[in-house]
Amino acid sequence: MFKIFRRRKTEEAVKRSKDTWFSKISRLFERDTLDQDTWDQLEELLISADVGLVTTEKLIHKLRRRVDKEKITQPEQAREVLKEEIVAILNPDGRSTGQSYPRIVLIVGVNGSGKTTTIAKLARSYKEDGRAVLLAAADTFRAAAIDQLKWWGDKVGVDVISHQAGADPGAVVFDAIQAAKHRQIDVIIVDTAGRLHTKFNLMEELKKVKRVAQRVDAAIPQQTLLVLDATTGQNGLSQARHFTEAVNVDGIVLTKLDGTAKGGIVLAISDQMNIPIEYIGTGEQVDDLAPFEPRDFVEAVLS
Amino acid sequence: MFELLTEKISEVFRKLGNKGKLTEKDVDEALRQVRLALLEADVNLKVVKEFTARVRERCLIGEVLESLTPAQHVVKIVNEELVAILGGKQTHLTPAGHPPSRLMLVGLQGGGKTTTAAKLALHLRRSGQQPLLVAADTRRPAAIDQLKVLGKQLDIPVHAEDPKMSPANICNNALKRAKELASSWIIVDTQGRLHIDEVLMGEMEDVKKALQPTEVILVVDAMTGQEAVRVAEAFNARVGLTGLILTKMDGDARGGAALSIKSVTGVPIKFMGVGEKVDALEPYHPDRLASRILGMGDMLTLIEKAEAVMDEDRAKEVQKKIRTATFNLEDFLEQLQQVKKMGTMGQIMDMIPGLSSLTKKLPEGVDESQVKKVEAIVYSMTPQERQHPELIDGSRRRRIAKGSGTTPQDINQLLNQFRQAQKLMKQLDAGKGRGLLSKLK
Ligand SMILES: Nc1nc2c(ncn2[C@@H]2O[C@H](COP(=O)(O)OP(=O)(O)OP(=O)(O)O)[C@@H](O)[C@H]2O)c(=O)[nH]1
Ligand SMILES: [Mg+2]
Repeated sequence: MFKIFRRRKTEEAVKRSKDTWFSKISRLFERDTLDQDTWDQLEELLISADVGLVTTEKLIHKLRRRVDKEKITQPEQAREVLKEEIVAILNPDGRSTGQSYPRIVLIVGVNGSGKTTTIAKLARSYKEDGRAVLLAAADTFRAAAIDQLKWWGDKVGVDVISHQAGADPGAVVFDAIQAAKHRQIDVIIVDTAGRLHTKFNLMEELKKVKRVAQRVDAAIPQQTLLVLDATTGQNGLSQARHFTEAVNVDGIVLTKLDGTAKGGIVLAISDQMNIPIEYIGTGEQVDDLAPFEPRDFVEAVLS
Repeated sequence: MFELLTEKISEVFRKLGNKGKLTEKDVDEALRQVRLALLEADVNLKVVKEFTARVRERCLIGEVLESLTPAQHVVKIVNEELVAILGGKQTHLTPAGHPPSRLMLVGLQGGGKTTTAAKLALHLRRSGQQPLLVAADTRRPAAIDQLKVLGKQLDIPVHAEDPKMSPANICNNALKRAKELASSWIIVDTQGRLHIDEVLMGEMEDVKKALQPTEVILVVDAMTGQEAVRVAEAFNARVGLTGLILTKMDGDARGGAALSIKSVTGVPIKFMGVGEKVDALEPYHPDRLASRILGMGDMLTLIEKAEAVMDEDRAKEVQKKIRTATFNLEDFLEQLQQVKKMGTMGQIMDMIPGLSSLTKKLPEGVDESQVKKVEAIVYSMTPQERQHPELIDGSRRRRIAKGSGTTPQDINQLLNQFRQAQKLMKQLDAGKGRGLLSKLK
């Protein structure tokens, strides 16, 4: 029932995008012929969606090559090819993190991207699937970050392991894993402090958190999710690069898709770094999360 | 400051061949590089188009076409135009005719409003004001606590109420509280909201009505992409913005959003947030932002950072050495060690014009291991070799490699890097850099 609710929310959010940006793309292909103007306008639309010049040019180049090769003259058909190419980019090969339990989910990202809220949403979703969830308040840095996570923990009905503000994040994770063992927990979700990816010391700290988890129990698989705000521009690539270098990002959660930003930067990230998008966030409530399905997504927005 | 773009544009002109006078088409070719730089910095596409059109017009007047150094000319015009947009009006906070002055912060979720509220309060107190912080974000869990904690840290009063109260009512009460406390500035933290959320945008208008603010400041994340303009326009239309604060400028985001917003709305940029600490708020410098947007490195920032970690006398000494070209391998090592304190190598090199392209070639984990290696190599040299690296021949190279547990290739690589650094520093000192380096007090 919540799943259906979630899906509806996602559709609403996607629809909003559709009404603006994608509908423009769709309309592009409603004319009679394909010409230079079509490609120029497509380029502009992709750039306006934060896809970035590199991936935009690559996408258009591929599309045009296929249009030539397959002797496509109908704009309608070209749109289908475009869809396929976007889906291909959004479906990077492999890198699946598996579905085994217990597991540790480490949530990372720059300041304010939506980490803590996403954790509440994830916890809710795991709970719905019948999993036992424990949260670790490893953001010991930002003022009242621990209170914020506890508030969500209460709301969703999952326990939060926390220390004092200013405590060592590694120690919090250590305790959480120990506690999880006694309590038959399936998923430990770790909230980390927001940090700019260019800060050497803070990225080292993050590595340490990961190492601690490994040391406590190397057998528990870890999944690292990078939370990315959909309004992010080209800097998103740098974020993905730096966080991957430091803690090997397994997937992306794209938040705030309920706004007007399209999050096109994930196309660039998928294209240039092969990191899959796992979830999308579409609002501030615990239900506002949906698994990301490239085909459904592109189908929904381009048809 | 614009070596890189100049280089790229020179390259374009070079490729076009030596056919004497430049044509319109040549200029357009060069402007493509400008367009690229701006788009990579997240400047809004529409703004980019208008901007390049304006630059193009100026470039075609003749000055550039006949110039012997057209690339420099183009970049100069680009820079002037950028600073013209980014600069303009003074960027102080405007006090009200009758105290207390009232400031409200607005923006999307996660932009950094709460932290910025605390930073502004500290800034105002340091300039002799009596600030009062108001927690009017009743929606995000623990937002009120967050502001309270910050207020306590700074010993600045925070007006907070039950989150069930409406933000407008909280503001009404805050005005009374300000009177009691004789506060000269009220700073209101509001909740983050989407510009398309009708209900919340309406609520923001209510806050404005209650507060009658002298300043309505939009807080914008430096990492924002193409949507920045639409967001700013929506907020501006509803509450009439008086200024912008660009946050998270301590990362590597270029901050093109600020340019877009400034050029579309005309709302002046007032401050930049450059860190999570409460004192990490800087006055805004148009020229610095311009250079950053063009991806030309920000030498001033670098020098300031260097100042923060290097002691002053030592900095002066190094500077003198650069000038007299006695900068040797020991200094190089020390610089490296200092640089390591400032952040990752990649980050530092990103800030140095001409070197940002190099950072892509740096292998992963260059920081620790690289510096350690350089240490080992330099320590395995004789003092004479450190002073005069040109003495290092094949046999010396082998000896040093053995002593440091590295390979002769490593030694070569280091010497190359050293020579590059030496060259760069000389350039900085000789050319446009003089002004910059002399800023190192
Ligand atoms: N509209 C919208 N807002 C969101 C979404 N996800 C998070 N937010 C909001 O974004 C703001 C920041 O969210 P947080 O979860 O605190 O972000 P964070 O990354 O934990 O922030 P720090 O810990 O301070 O770095 C809050 O106001 C959230 O309500 C989303 O999908 N849509
Ligand atoms: Mg958080």
